[in-house]
Amino acid sequence: MTGEDSAFQEFRAGLIALAPLLVGVIPFGMIYGALALANGLSPAAALAMSTILFAGSAQFLFCQLLGVGAPAMVIVAEVGLLNLRHALYSAALAPRIVHLPCRWKLALAYLLTDEAFAAISQREAVGEAGPQRHWFYLGAGLALWTGWQLSTAAGVVLGARLPAHWPLDFALPLTFIAIVAPLIRSRAMVGTAAVSGMVALLAAGLPFKLGLLAAALTGMAAGWWLAETRR
Amino acid sequence: MSVWWIMLACGVVTFAIRLSFIAAEGKMTFPSWFRTLLPFVPVAALTALVIPELLMPQGTLWLSLNNSRLVAGLIAIAIAVQTRSVLWTLVGGFAALALLNGSIAP
Repeated sequence: MTGEDSAFQEFRAGLIALAPLLVGVIPFGMIYGALALANGLSPAAALAMSTILFAGSAQFLFCQLLGVGAPAMVIVAEVGLLNLRHALYSAALAPRIVHLPCRWKLALAYLLTDEAFAAISQREAVGEAGPQRHWFYLGAGLALWTGWQLSTAAGVVLGARLPAHWPLDFALPLTFIAIVAPLIRSRAMVGTAAVSGMVALLAAGLPFKLGLLAAALTGMAAGWWLAETRR
Repeated sequence: MSVWWIMLACGVVTFAIRLSFIAAEGKMTFPSWFRTLLPFVPVAALTALVIPELLMPQGTLWLSLNNSRLVAGLIAIAIAVQTRSVLWTLVGGFAALALLNGSIAP
């Protein structure tokens, strides 16, 4: 097999690996599009955010904070903290693409999301990846990127026509439950979730969802402390 | 500040986080405490978002079986643990909320 053939096959395998995840991503993207308009973003800004930020949960948070009039610094800080989890994915991917040219690293970093990382992890758990595996990462990343742009565009177009009494905002906690619940499998993780949840309730009265910041930071500290004291 | 500038700042921060370890690999190392901390970041950040949505749907603590978001959320947690599927968790959670809101006062 020539290098070009296997590059194409890896790329196609990446597209195929990500396809099932799109079934969950498409309604999520549509709901985001509607939520963005409901919180005062223009259609152009709502669409641009999907390219500039390209992070579903952070885009939800951005819209909600904008809706309650949070200051710019608070929005940037909370989005940054929520997306800090991508550092975990970056650390996992880094040694596998260290040999690639800079433009590849920039592209793959931009395309690094919860879903793309899930597809990559599943693939690498099954078998050894070949020398062209970066094409797989690119395929998975681009499949998600395309699905996200199209579904947010659909949400922006349909937004005003979605009935207001539908509890579409419930998609946010449901998506996060789907990501987090399977991760809580150790004592330290239980501690992280318990502390984070308690502080979130106790600090809910703080303005601009700053309780979120307090809860995330104390939750991380609790998990770190439990992991360290175990040694 | 224009919403576009806030968006751009959020985009730069997010891209920097995604690039962090990829760019630094082989050039510099992160302290070990930071690597210990990393696995807890998703759970801490996302739990902080979810818990108030379930327990404080109207802004105050509501611990009751009549709180349909709490009950539907617990059902969704069970589905998520069992299936590890975002799709089934969304479908099951929305279905539970619709059924509960149909049968009890919202």
